[in-house]
Amino acid sequence: MAGARRRKIALACLLGFLVLLPPVALAAGEPFYVSLFTRILITALAAASLNLILGFGGMVSFGHAAFVGIGGYVVGIAFVHASDGTLFLGLLPGTVSGFVVLPLAMIVAGLVALPIGAICLRTTGISFIMITLAFAQMLYYLMISLRRYNGQDGIAVWQRSELPWPIDLDDRMSFYYVALAVLLAFLYGTHRMVNSRFGRVLRAAKDNERRVRALGFHAYRYKLAAFVIAGAAAGLSGALLVNSTGFVGPSYLEWHRSGDLIVMVVLGGVGTLFGPVLGAGALMLLEEFIPELLNGLADGLGEHWKIFLGPILILIVLYARRGLMGLVDGSLGGSLLRRLRPEPPPGKPPRRRR
Amino acid sequence: MTAPLLQAVGLTKRFGGLVANDAIDLGVSEGQVHAVIGPNGAGKTTLLAQLNGELKPDRGTIHFDGRDITALPTATRARLGLARSFQITSVFASFSAVDNVALAVQGQERHSFRFWRDASGDPALAEPAERALERVGLADRSHVPASALAHGQKRQLELAMALAMRPKLLLLDEPMAGMGVEESAAMVTLLAGLKAEVPILLVEHDMDAVFALADQITVLLHGRVIASGPPAEIRRNAEVREAYLGEDAAAGDG
Repeated sequence: MAGARRRKIALACLLGFLVLLPPVALAAGEPFYVSLFTRILITALAAASLNLILGFGGMVSFGHAAFVGIGGYVVGIAFVHASDGTLFLGLLPGTVSGFVVLPLAMIVAGLVALPIGAICLRTTGISFIMITLAFAQMLYYLMISLRRYNGQDGIAVWQRSELPWPIDLDDRMSFYYVALAVLLAFLYGTHRMVNSRFGRVLRAAKDNERRVRALGFHAYRYKLAAFVIAGAAAGLSGALLVNSTGFVGPSYLEWHRSGDLIVMVVLGGVGTLFGPVLGAGALMLLEEFIPELLNGLADGLGEHWKIFLGPILILIVLYARRGLMGLVDGSLGGSLLRRLRPEPPPGKPPRRRR
Repeated sequence: MTAPLLQAVGLTKRFGGLVANDAIDLGVSEGQVHAVIGPNGAGKTTLLAQLNGELKPDRGTIHFDGRDITALPTATRARLGLARSFQITSVFASFSAVDNVALAVQGQERHSFRFWRDASGDPALAEPAERALERVGLADRSHVPASALAHGQKRQLELAMALAMRPKLLLLDEPMAGMGVEESAAMVTLLAGLKAEVPILLVEHDMDAVFALADQITVLLHGRVIASGPPAEIRRNAEVREAYLGEDAAAGDG
C-alpha cells in the first residue's frame, strides 16, 4: 500500500530528526530548541497516553491533565520534604532520587486513576466527558487548598531528579534523550498492547461495547485497566515535565490543559500511534511561534493566536478524521480534494423546464 | 424427561406503563429448535434481552444448565455458553472476518489481560476461528474486512461468531433478516444441521424458515404467550391464525 509506505518513510524522517536535533541545535548555538523539544516530547507522552483510552478505547476523558498534575506533584512534594528535611504526613522522608520519584509518580497517578475510572466508566458519552472533568476540577481545587505546598503559587522545584551516571537531567542533551527514550518506549508498548488480546477487546469495545459483553467479556474491567495505564503514563509525563520546567502548581491540572491534550490527539490523528506526537509538536510549535509572527504583523495580535488555531481544528475535524497522520499517509489530501472538486452528484434528474 | 437446558418462568418486564413481557414461560431442551414468533412489538426482542442479561426482569426467573442465571451479567452468561446473535448486524467493522470470530474464541478464555503478544499470529485463536468460518461457508472471505462483506455474509459472520463461543445454546435474533431467498434457504440448511449439536432459540419473521426448523413454537402477542406447542398444533390454533398467521397460514394449509 502506498499509504503505508509513505507513512514508514515519514516516520523514519521524524525519528531521524528527533535523534539528530540536540547536537545540531547545540552546534548552531540554539540550546533553546533542545529544551523546547524536550517539553514537546514530554507533552507528547501525555497526549499518547490519552490517545490510548480516547483513540483506541473510545473514552473521551476531559480530565487527563489531572494525572499529569498528580505525577508532577509527587516530584514536587518529595522535593519539598527533601529540601527542608521534614516528613510527608509525618511518615515518609522526601527524596530527589529519580529511581524513587519517577516510578512513584506513575504508581500514585495510577492509584488515583483507579477509583476515578471505576466511577466514571459507569457512564459513557457526554456523561463520561463531564464526570472526568468534574473529578479533574476536584483535584485542581484540592491542590489549590494545599497550603503546605504553597496552594495557588505552586512549588519551585530547583533540584532535578537524580539518576545514575551517565544520565544527568541537568544536562540538556541527556534530559532530551531520556524524554525521547521514554516516549518511544511508551509508543512501542502501546503498539504491542493494541495488537494484543487486551487491545483487541479494547478496540472492539470502542466499536460496540454491547456486542463485546455478549461475547463474554466484562468490558468494564478492560476499559478500567486501560484508564489506569493511561493515568500512570500521564503521571510519568508530569514528573518529567516538572523536571523540565522546575515548577509544579495547580495550573498543571487546569481544565484547558486537558482540552489541549484532546486537541493534540485530534490534531495528530485519533487512534494512530504517532498522531499524538505530531499533534503535540504542531500545537506547541504554533503556540511558540505564531504569536511572535502575528505581533510582527500588528501589535497585540499575538495574544489572539488561538483564533487561527480554531479554523485549523475545524478543517481537520471536518475533512480528516486521521488528522496530521492522514496528511502523512496521503488520505487527507485525497478526501479534501474530493470534497472541493465540483462534481454533480450522480443520477441527478435533469432540470425541469419552465 | 430431563429438565430443559433453558427454563424461563414468569418473566415480566415493564417499561413505564407498557408491559413488554407479561409472565412468559419458556423452555428449550437439548436437540431442539424452539422458535418464538409474533408481530412487531410483541416483545420478542425484550424476551431475548432478558435471556442474555441485557435487561433485568421485573419478575420471574431464568435457569440455564442447572443454575439460576437471573441475576448474572451478560458476559458471565456468555461464558456459560449462552451465545446470542443480533438482529441488527453488529460485527466489528474495522476487524477482518477471521478477527471477528477470533474475538469470539478469545471471549471463552479465562481472561484477556494479555498485553504483549500479538493476537493476530496466535493459532489458538485463528484456528478455531477459521473452522467456524468454514462451517458457515465464509472460509474464502476470512481476511476481508467485515465492513466490506455483503449483508448476507455479515449475517453468516454473526452466526460464525456465535458458534465460536462453544455455545450450549444459541439465541438467534432474526438470523435471516434482510437475506435473499437463496441465502435464507442456505441458512435454514445450516441451522437444521446444527440443532443436533446445539439447541437453538430462534426469533424469526420468515415463517417458511420457522416451520421448516422448529420443534416447538411459542407465539407472543402484546407481551403474552398466546400459544405454545409443536408446529402442527400452532398451525391449527385459531387464536394464532387470527392474531398473526392470517391468510398466509390458511393459504399454506389449503
